[in-house]
Amino acid sequence: MTDTEGRGWKLQGQGAVSVIALSGDWIARTGGVEPGAPQRILATGPQSLGFETESLGHWDSALIAFLSALRDAARAGGIAFDEAGLPPPAQRLLVLARQAAPVPVSPSAASVLTRVGLWTLAVFAEITEIAALVGNTCLRGGAALGGRAAMRGTDLLDCLREAGPGALPIVTIVNLLVGGILAFVGAVQLRAFGADIYVASLVGIAVVREMAALMTAIIMSGRTGGAYAANIATMQGNEEIDALRVVGIPVFDYLILPRVLALTAMMPILYLYGCAVGIFGGFVVAVLTLDLSPIAFIDATQSAVSGSQFGLGLAKSVAFGALIAFAGCRVGLRAGRSAADVGRAATTAVVASVVGVIALDAIFALCANALGI
Amino acid sequence: MANEAILRIEGLTVGFGDRVVQQDVSFTVNAGSIFAIMGGSGSGKSTLLKAMIGLLRPSAGSFHVGDEDYWAASEERRAEIGQGFGVLFQSSALWTSMSVAENVALPMRMLATLEEASIDALVAVKLALVGLDASGDTMPADLSGGMRKRAGLARALALDPGILFFDEPSAGLDPISARRLDDLIRELRDGFGTTIVLVSHELPSLFGICDDGIFLDAESKTAIAHGAPAELRDGCDHPTVHAFMNRERPPGDQGPAGDAHERR
Repeated sequence: MTDTEGRGWKLQGQGAVSVIALSGDWIARTGGVEPGAPQRILATGPQSLGFETESLGHWDSALIAFLSALRDAARAGGIAFDEAGLPPPAQRLLVLARQAAPVPVSPSAASVLTRVGLWTLAVFAEITEIAALVGNTCLRGGAALGGRAAMRGTDLLDCLREAGPGALPIVTIVNLLVGGILAFVGAVQLRAFGADIYVASLVGIAVVREMAALMTAIIMSGRTGGAYAANIATMQGNEEIDALRVVGIPVFDYLILPRVLALTAMMPILYLYGCAVGIFGGFVVAVLTLDLSPIAFIDATQSAVSGSQFGLGLAKSVAFGALIAFAGCRVGLRAGRSAADVGRAATTAVVASVVGVIALDAIFALCANALGI
Repeated sequence: MANEAILRIEGLTVGFGDRVVQQDVSFTVNAGSIFAIMGGSGSGKSTLLKAMIGLLRPSAGSFHVGDEDYWAASEERRAEIGQGFGVLFQSSALWTSMSVAENVALPMRMLATLEEASIDALVAVKLALVGLDASGDTMPADLSGGMRKRAGLARALALDPGILFFDEPSAGLDPISARRLDDLIRELRDGFGTTIVLVSHELPSLFGICDDGIFLDAESKTAIAHGAPAELRDGCDHPTVHAFMNRERPPGDQGPAGDAHERR
């Protein structure tokens, strides 16, 4: 057999002893490895295989791959494989490949029942971990307020700055636009009934009760929750968390507590700011498109939005902040140690936070309905 | 091929911005040899290696691969020359999102036109050569330090390079694993005839496998000795080289804080 580049093998002496004459250049990058060649050689029924390499040119791993596969196939068929005719370096490499220290193969795939069992145990362990995280936050948060936690003040300030003022630009843009969009949608519908003034009520109630808290939480899930997870996962990969544990610094106090406290404290403030910006967005649109007077808009908003609705929004924002911080920190702590794990942790934290925020919002809606808020 | 210079460095100066790390370094590497770049921590060994594998442009001097001036060539040409290089990084630098086999296969898929069956066969033989034939499906995060080095070596061999560069290959390995890796490097050189440039300060590795070398000094910022590590150990009069090669404290060393100049 000879390929287009002149390299090839030729079987000489049929029957008991076969000599394979190798010729040409065996270069992997340009010629690859000929599939099925060992099987074709063994199909001629040799009892032993030898080699002749007078016409062999340059070679690399392509030749070793061919010889290695041939040797394995010959052994499996009980056929003698005589390497003596091969170039000494090729013989050395064949020995090297044969001497390869066996490494235990990873265990075979588990059965469905085993996997369901393992998954259940993992979910149970996860729930336990989350419960411990929440409990720890309550206990250590109390200690921190009393100045008895191993949390550095500078870390808390950094987290507060990052979760608060650092998020203002994006919170402003999103809430302003959401308020404006609500006013636009409301204006089109309400104008048909001559109820233009109710645009103010629509914007006020929607922003205060739902949109400011929800949109701010979704922004913070992507911006801050993902960053928490990536940051902690990177520390995990660099063995920084192991170092904290070895030194004896409580990981919870040092890493988790400042993040949870900062986000939980900043979310209500961002919510109030989001309400103001959202209502202002609706105000601008309503005044410009509906010819409503600014005074009428403000008056209608004041009478539509009650204190209990603000209370509901504030309660939501605190819960959302805690949820996002918990999710980001927990996902970061359980991340693996590779670069891919950091990416996965950030994605998982964002997805878990967004889904959690929406689910929690639904629960709040049910409770508010039951309480008549 | 033996004794034919395949790499030639003349008056090379490397550094970062205005900070010179090594200057006026000159040496040649013969085809099929194992060449050591030696020196203490912070002497610029890895920086010099970066200039040789295309990661850091030298501020002066030339680096010839064969007859071609590497840094005078166009970026495309440098990429072509670089395909003849294999590099084992100090951290192994395996792509962590891929299995070991995928790490080895990726250069073949991206840079050669080979059928999948060929790639599979070549990956298998390369993993077998480094002793990881049963670990192709393993993810890098699940490998031990020694296995990670071997996987990195298999990936460096992916395109059957003519020149292999190793940055601290046995750093962080236990003595037995380090010895096994040294033996493997020598076997691969003997088998494939590959030229190897190795950055190291591990004395057993240097004495065990290197044919030739250069010693970089952190204080004078240049090469202060040339020769095989064993020759430098036994015959070099330079106090720094003598102290390094014989694991002694250099003359004038002031107590345990003697390496304070390394602190940044």
